[in-house]
Amino acid sequence: MSNDAAALQAGLEALLPHLLPQARRISALQRLSAGATLQTWSFDALGDDYTHPLILRRSPGGLRGNESLSLPLEAALVQALAGSGVPVARVLHTLRPADALGDGFLMTRIPGETIARKIQRDAAYVGARAVLVQQLGTAAGALHCQPLDGLPTLPVRSTAATLAGLQRRCTALAQPDAVFEWALRWLQRHLPAEPSMLRLVHGDFRLGNVIVGEEGLRAVLDWEIAHLGDPAEDLAWICLPPWRFGQITAPVAGLGQRVELFAAWQAATGELVDAERVRWWQAAGSLRWGLGCAGMRDWFESGRDPTVERAMIARRVSENQIDLLRLLDSEDACA
Amino acid sequence: MLDHPRGPALLDAVAQLLREVLLPQLPPGAAFQARVAANAVDLIAREMRLGPAAEAESAARLQALLQHIGPADPAQPVEALESKLALAIRHGAIDDQSMALRAHLWASTQDKLAIDQPAYAPYLRALQQRADVPPPTHLPTHPPTQE
Repeated sequence: MSNDAAALQAGLEALLPHLLPQARRISALQRLSAGATLQTWSFDALGDDYTHPLILRRSPGGLRGNESLSLPLEAALVQALAGSGVPVARVLHTLRPADALGDGFLMTRIPGETIARKIQRDAAYVGARAVLVQQLGTAAGALHCQPLDGLPTLPVRSTAATLAGLQRRCTALAQPDAVFEWALRWLQRHLPAEPSMLRLVHGDFRLGNVIVGEEGLRAVLDWEIAHLGDPAEDLAWICLPPWRFGQITAPVAGLGQRVELFAAWQAATGELVDAERVRWWQAAGSLRWGLGCAGMRDWFESGRDPTVERAMIARRVSENQIDLLRLLDSEDACA
Repeated sequence: MLDHPRGPALLDAVAQLLREVLLPQLPPGAAFQARVAANAVDLIAREMRLGPAAEAESAARLQALLQHIGPADPAQPVEALESKLALAIRHGAIDDQSMALRAHLWASTQDKLAIDQPAYAPYLRALQQRADVPPPTHLPTHPPTQE
């Protein structure tokens, strides 16, 4: 066990009497994510005839992306959603300075699968696949209907500010890009009006950020870029081609058709989906993702991360470019 | 002057060595890194095989698209022409609805994917669908590629 893990185990064991009085010790502590500034750990709290599976999301004190919520704020949001109709994990504890474990929170670990390709392809999830698109639409509807007065204060991301941010990033590129500029013109020309009401938006609503069991959706995870804005953003992001993982003719997460997702969302919210608005957000999403890939060139060339893996992400810009062209300049309903 | 085998043929052998000989002997973390390396080696081999013709064709299209903006400089590298086109789109100096511009954006994006990620499913679907549709008639004509 690394020094980091040993210190973490000791710190977590010191927390147990306060959190789970039946538990005596920690076992099976393992790191799930490799992120440098945001770590996810899995472990079990054990007592006599007692096991409590847990997850720790933690930042040992590094800087995080400026889009991200702080971990205490993310914890407060997930806590506020308990019992709301949006399936989420139960937050047990938000780390305090006295815990000496950095920023973060502990939640109950929900068993199930998060790997998209398995959910899309494994025989175990055949039943889940039959209901998942509808469940995702219902969950999105439930989160978009949350009364804002019950939520912690979240950043607002307006439609116009999203466009301005994309414009800024295109202008900041070392080498200006023709497809990005062309997509930006389209986004300017088709900028929808601000939504009539601000809503809670998950911000990264897709396969990979949900836990699925054999019966279907169990929880929506990773609320770190949640904000207030246009719910069409979530309905678009889940249809982005990279999140279909090869199942290109099933626009919703590689699992089903938009009409199914929209019907479930409409049933949950009592509102109509504006498909053109969703299309705008899908174009904005592909441009955002493409700019993210393009930015990896600088990470590589500046030496911030000179790995082959990083360089190869920079060579995925063209994936997002063909996604933009298919969406904005073809008749393909599966764009 | 140089002897054979050269660049891409050697890289093919390196990718095969990584995948078929080394990767099965590595623990999971290192095996992942070796797979990334093999994919990068494949990409470079495709870049060496397809890149020069793709860039020459792109440069010819760009010269034609940009001729109304200023006199063409045949010595300008393709990257400079690409930047010029991007800025022309940004500032509205070129009609972003024109068939010729859209045909160029499609062609250069498809040529990049043939090198970067030829297995990307949306690319394969676009290839298949666009093969069924005849290209626009007033595309700039390409000069013959030099061997």
